[in-house]
Amino acid sequence: MRVALATASLRRHQSRTLLAIVGVAIAAAMLLDMVMLSTGLRESFRQLLVSRNFQMRLAPRGTLPFDTEATIGGAGEINKLLRTNPDIEEVSPVLGSSVHAMLLDRAVTAFALGVFPAVQGDYRIMDGLDLRDASDVVANADFLDAIGARLGDTISFATGYDPQLRTSQRTRRLIVTGRARFLYLSTGQPAVALPLAALQGMNGALRRDPVSLFMVRLRAGASADTVGKWVTRNVRTVNAISTEKALATVDERLSYFRQIAYILGAVSLALGFLLVTTLVTVSVNERIGEIAVMRAIGVSRWHVVQQILLEGIAITLTGAFLGLALGLVTARFLNSILSAFPGLPNAIDFFLFQPRAAWTSLGLLAGCGIAAGIYPAWRASSRPIALTLREEAVA
Amino acid sequence: MSTLVSLRDVTRDYALNGDAVHAVRGVSLDIAEGDYAAIVGPSGCGKSTLLHLIGAIDQPSAGSVTIGGERVDALNDRELTRLRLRRVGFVFQRFYLMPMLSARENVELPMAEAGVPKAERRKRASELLGYVELSHRERHRPTQLSGGEQQRVAIARALANRPGLLLADEPTGELDARTGAEIVALFERLNADGTTIVVVTHDEGLGRAARRMIHMKDGRVVGEE
Repeated sequence: MRVALATASLRRHQSRTLLAIVGVAIAAAMLLDMVMLSTGLRESFRQLLVSRNFQMRLAPRGTLPFDTEATIGGAGEINKLLRTNPDIEEVSPVLGSSVHAMLLDRAVTAFALGVFPAVQGDYRIMDGLDLRDASDVVANADFLDAIGARLGDTISFATGYDPQLRTSQRTRRLIVTGRARFLYLSTGQPAVALPLAALQGMNGALRRDPVSLFMVRLRAGASADTVGKWVTRNVRTVNAISTEKALATVDERLSYFRQIAYILGAVSLALGFLLVTTLVTVSVNERIGEIAVMRAIGVSRWHVVQQILLEGIAITLTGAFLGLALGLVTARFLNSILSAFPGLPNAIDFFLFQPRAAWTSLGLLAGCGIAAGIYPAWRASSRPIALTLREEAVA
Repeated sequence: MSTLVSLRDVTRDYALNGDAVHAVRGVSLDIAEGDYAAIVGPSGCGKSTLLHLIGAIDQPSAGSVTIGGERVDALNDRELTRLRLRRVGFVFQRFYLMPMLSARENVELPMAEAGVPKAERRKRASELLGYVELSHRERHRPTQLSGGEQQRVAIARALANRPGLLLADEPTGELDARTGAEIVALFERLNADGTTIVVVTHDEGLGRAARRMIHMKDGRVVGEE
């Protein structure tokens, strides 16, 4: 009966109830987006780091991966040394530098990654074949579009290119064997990958054997902390950065961002709370006589409170479910804008949907709905019955 | 007949706009089982306040009210609610039906509160609406009913949990003469069937129909016929 009464009360003023639901839905959408935003970037970054199952990165000492142009020399020797550690399963050296595709009328600059194709974790082949020998190159769609090339084309690449004089230090002709999606590069950035030795050769650095970082895959059960200490003790030129350490750094850098998300989330929650409180208070004030009559005919105070709370919860939950759908749509839209931010890997999502975020938002709003109804409900049910009836009669 | 309601030196004072109002002053009164009493008197003489005290929706400032052997001032809110639910039926001048419920659902409301199973309360609500000759209006909402019909639904609601005492505050106050007469006849029938009735009224017809007429003035009982 209480559910029927609550539903009937809400249906009595349909447009008001609908407006309140829309208001709560907007607050819920904002709340969900802020919860997604506060955790999404970090979770998305974590997923990116672990996506190819490398738990550790070794960067030149004092730097973060690709933070500077610094490199680690003697990569082959370091690679051999790392493989002697029984906790290390795989090592993938990566060298990053710029190369220029030399066309008849212009040169197109691309970011190049030198890798060991068999163990690399930087790209996925979407079309065609991976690198097989030193004359192969794989490229992303942005690069292929920029130069109008297709798979199987032979492209002339140069390093040390001077755009004024149109001269270069070294050139090499490479065959495009595959189209790849680069995991850590930003949207729209032309990129290619070629065998590590080929890129080192184009940079004239074969003897120094440089790499920008090593990606390290640990065996199951191995401690990243222990391996990290072993690496920094035995290889003086590198920083060992575990996924946890990288996430801690990201956390530190994103703390202001996260605080803003928390504040905006709290504001949306407060707005939802005030909206439901206002609506329930107005509704209760209109029915103060009815409530007094219910009490007079023997309806208990607690049952009156329950009925009013149910009204608040019904508005909140209906609004919250609509808000979740609205939040997902707006998150997708906002994500498409923010993901175009220069320098961010295109795999990074600002708003990452996690069921936990949805449940958190829903739980917070449900709590809000209950809290919003408690005061007006208790106040209405506690009014002296006779006095209320007398006031109603006078009114 | 045994006493159902007993008031002893009951006083009810309250503040109104900062002034003390002495609504009921030292009233002592007994209502026996099967009684049909009308409380009459000029406006503001304390009739409704006295009815609220008899129905345990108000507490006396001094004196005692006993309903069915229970001292009202000794009961907590939960016990008072239970007393009103089980032993008292209320009828108001403005009917006060729940506008979003049908006539039958309005009658079911006190039974639902008392934990009567759905099928049973539905059956009894239909019977009660039949008793007040509104079987054909069961599914209608209050706004679809005339004033007299609404008051009859309110009476059926008041009778839902088979209370021993029916209290009515100006039950014909909002009705025309013909409809008021129908309500008077209904009260007579109810009383003849064993329900104790106390009614507050300005309506001479309703007052005359009662077996006792209690006159009030300035918060005091000044006479009885």
